[in-house]
Amino acid sequence: MKSVVIVGGGIVGCSIARNLSRYEIETHLVESRLDVGWGVTKANTSIIHPGHEEDASLHPLRAKFCVEGNRIWRRWAGEMDIPSSWNGELMVALDDGDVGKLEHYLRLGEKNGVEGLEIVDGEEMRKLEPNITPDATAALWAPAAGLIAPWEACIALAENAADNGVKIHLNTEVTGVDIKGGAVAGVETVGGVIKADVVINAAGLFADSISEMAGVPLSIKPRKGQYYLFREGGGPNVERIVHMTPTETTKGVYAVKTVEGNLMLGPTAEDMDEDEKDERSTTGEGLDYVWENAGKFLASLPPKSTVLKIFAGLRPEPAGGKYVIRAYDNPPGFVNVAGIRSPGLTAAPAIAGYVVNLLEEKLDLRMAEKERWNPIRRGIKRFSRISDAERQHLISSNPGYGNVVCMCKEVTEGEVVEAINRMRKLGAEVTMDSIKFRTLAMFGECQGSFCRPRIAGIIAREAGMPLWQVSVNGEGTEYGTGDVKVLQRGESNDGR
Amino acid sequence: MADDMLDGLSEKEIYDVLVIGGGAAGLAGAIKAQELGMKVIVIENGERIGGIPLQCIHPGFGNFYYGENLTGPEFAERLIGRLNEMNIGICTETHVMSMDTVSDDASGMLKEVKVVTSGSSCGGGIKKLYARTIIYAAGARERNLYEVGITGDRVGGVYTAGEAQTLMDVHGIMPGRKVVIIGSGDIGLIRARRFALEGAAVAAVVEMLPYPGGLQRNVVQCLDDFGIPLLTSHMVREIRGRRRVERVVLSEVDDKFMPTGNGREIECDTVALAVGLVPNVRKLEETGIAVDPSTNGPVVNEYMETSVPGVFAAGNALAINDYVDYAAEQGERAAIGARAYIKNEMPSEWKKLGKGRNIRIAFPHYISGENDVRIYARVSKPMENARIHFPEIGKERKAARLMPGEMIIMNLSREELEGAGEITMEAE
Repeated sequence: MKSVVIVGGGIVGCSIARNLSRYEIETHLVESRLDVGWGVTKANTSIIHPGHEEDASLHPLRAKFCVEGNRIWRRWAGEMDIPSSWNGELMVALDDGDVGKLEHYLRLGEKNGVEGLEIVDGEEMRKLEPNITPDATAALWAPAAGLIAPWEACIALAENAADNGVKIHLNTEVTGVDIKGGAVAGVETVGGVIKADVVINAAGLFADSISEMAGVPLSIKPRKGQYYLFREGGGPNVERIVHMTPTETTKGVYAVKTVEGNLMLGPTAEDMDEDEKDERSTTGEGLDYVWENAGKFLASLPPKSTVLKIFAGLRPEPAGGKYVIRAYDNPPGFVNVAGIRSPGLTAAPAIAGYVVNLLEEKLDLRMAEKERWNPIRRGIKRFSRISDAERQHLISSNPGYGNVVCMCKEVTEGEVVEAINRMRKLGAEVTMDSIKFRTLAMFGECQGSFCRPRIAGIIAREAGMPLWQVSVNGEGTEYGTGDVKVLQRGESNDGR
Repeated sequence: MADDMLDGLSEKEIYDVLVIGGGAAGLAGAIKAQELGMKVIVIENGERIGGIPLQCIHPGFGNFYYGENLTGPEFAERLIGRLNEMNIGICTETHVMSMDTVSDDASGMLKEVKVVTSGSSCGGGIKKLYARTIIYAAGARERNLYEVGITGDRVGGVYTAGEAQTLMDVHGIMPGRKVVIIGSGDIGLIRARRFALEGAAVAAVVEMLPYPGGLQRNVVQCLDDFGIPLLTSHMVREIRGRRRVERVVLSEVDDKFMPTGNGREIECDTVALAVGLVPNVRKLEETGIAVDPSTNGPVVNEYMETSVPGVFAAGNALAINDYVDYAAEQGERAAIGARAYIKNEMPSEWKKLGKGRNIRIAFPHYISGENDVRIYARVSKPMENARIHFPEIGKERKAARLMPGEMIIMNLSREELEGAGEITMEAE
């Protein structure tokens, strides 16, 4: 059987893994972090774009994948139980010049085959979304736009891929691409060599390093985006995705109501140096920019005292903004799926389909469908979202579902233990962030000050480790430094 | 006990008082309510009752309520002991999902409280409990990093002070070695001392205001005695580090709290945030109660009754108190209110307590004039040689020093209130 290694467990790598899981191919997904979706995917505006902002004459792949991806996500959300909402998007015109831009994007969208686009006047716009500034005169209404929870999508894809036989290697940094007799033979990792006929580089921000290991030059620059997230029910929100007309470099600041119901504002678009791929700090200036721009198109903003979280993420920016999706002749077997900048989340499923074709056509990989392949994956049952009858049923078989450990988001011990079991199936080290992204525990207004000790306690119990060693997201982020007398004894548990 | 409760909850038993929250306010309220002859049940989310005092191993509890200086656990144990003597029903690991008012043919208006329990003391599952009144005493939560606008890296080693307390004094875990405390309220001051006592280096306690937020005695006993620097008029702007905290960036602030100068850095591996508490009223808000934006807690009358009749609030869920003693008092007051409500003896006319000059918070918000009443208040800025004054009734008290961090307690008697309409409290 032919084998494929995918480098990178973000939304692109996981989408490819899930697509390949359908075929009689030995597929490995290799991720350097402790869990899937912790890179570019995690801090994302979470929009599934319709495709009217992509100029097909400049970026044909981006436009094609965006429109296709939007359609595929609707199916995937159902198959894999991914939280999503499909409330549409308004691109708001604040002056006459902007109205011209709306027409431009309407034409682009029509060319790309985006359905339902329409320029609406002020009255119609306010019917669709009351929280738009009175200064706005018109908007481009794109009903096909939606939102998903990006990290949950990533987890769902990885779980479904694993269920269908893909081998997931987390906490496994790739240190080299093996080339034998001029062709790709596999990857070297911190955990040993994984042999493969094809190596697919979906390493996000670090795709340039992986590409260089295969002798293929590539440039990826990080672009920072900062966000505000507000408490649900904390004040003004939006029902639709709302934003201003895009500029050449960025789609600009958005206001969205996440699938969890929180108002999110952002991102900034700050170009960073190539060596700043871990620079995810938030800044006063960046947040002021978001706040000021959101204020330009929203009628009212919530009080800053209702902020739930501020965060920043990095997006990979390729040269010229062009996706690099290519199977190389030299070395044969090496495939880049790199520079997947906006609308990357939307495009990921379509990219995955394209890559499968690429393997078949360019690399002669025979794509024989498995006899048994299960497209269905179910999420962790959310106590807060099910009926009382379902709750009662769960509790009667597992009393842990009756113990609410995170009061803000009403997450039960049963869900936390289920998340731990699922992480083990993926081979993931259990961390508090992994629990957070799977259950939403610690995502509420106390930001974990009440429930983190409880959740760390459950992890410690399940993993048989001391509580202080439980980490937020891996080495260096342990919950404590030892027992409470560790400093009195002059001991050092952590080499410091 | 467990079996009794299971039976009890499985039929539609009607309690007089359902107490939400097994901390000081809730327990004191439950005890008082049962003493007054009412049938009581206490709902607690955690594994055990006793509340936050259980993890406060320092003294300073009970001076007013018991006339003795106790530690937090000693204070809690007294309440728990009394509760057990009285055989009051308790459901631990029980979480309130919703509260409603429903109409019952036999009993009139009832509160319907939907809870979920994991089966430790009340049988597992989703249950609906019915009561004539609710005392809501669900405590407070700590404000987080983002609410105060601190930017920087997302790193390990950042805790709220309460979380650090839970780790150290419940689980026996040391969070870190070199600590910066943000906020000089009592919680921050006491945490600074606690870290120092376990051998950590406390690099600084940082306070945005020009004066410490906590009690003077705590500044002396917790910082001065341990040589811990207090940086007033300073604000931590950023927390920086790769994996774990490595340093904080702070600036001096002017009188409008705007940063001045370039700022400087303090190396540390741990940050403990003590930037204030917020009453935990989300479940109450879902029932549509009125909230006072200055306390962030419910608007109440002198019986601690909220704007939803029959629903009372006490302790830090009502407003952030300086002393646990006040929380317990409020719980008792709410129990007295519950009885008045059930007996249909609630006053029918309420007069507003107005906030005059230099008063930031004052509650209860409505008083009847038919009872003695205790006013809890805070000034909006520090004052020397001040006078607290209720002009409409000619009541006043002199105070050498008033600090926003120290709650003012004023007792107004029924006689003093006689014939008065709306009254105003002011400080000058």
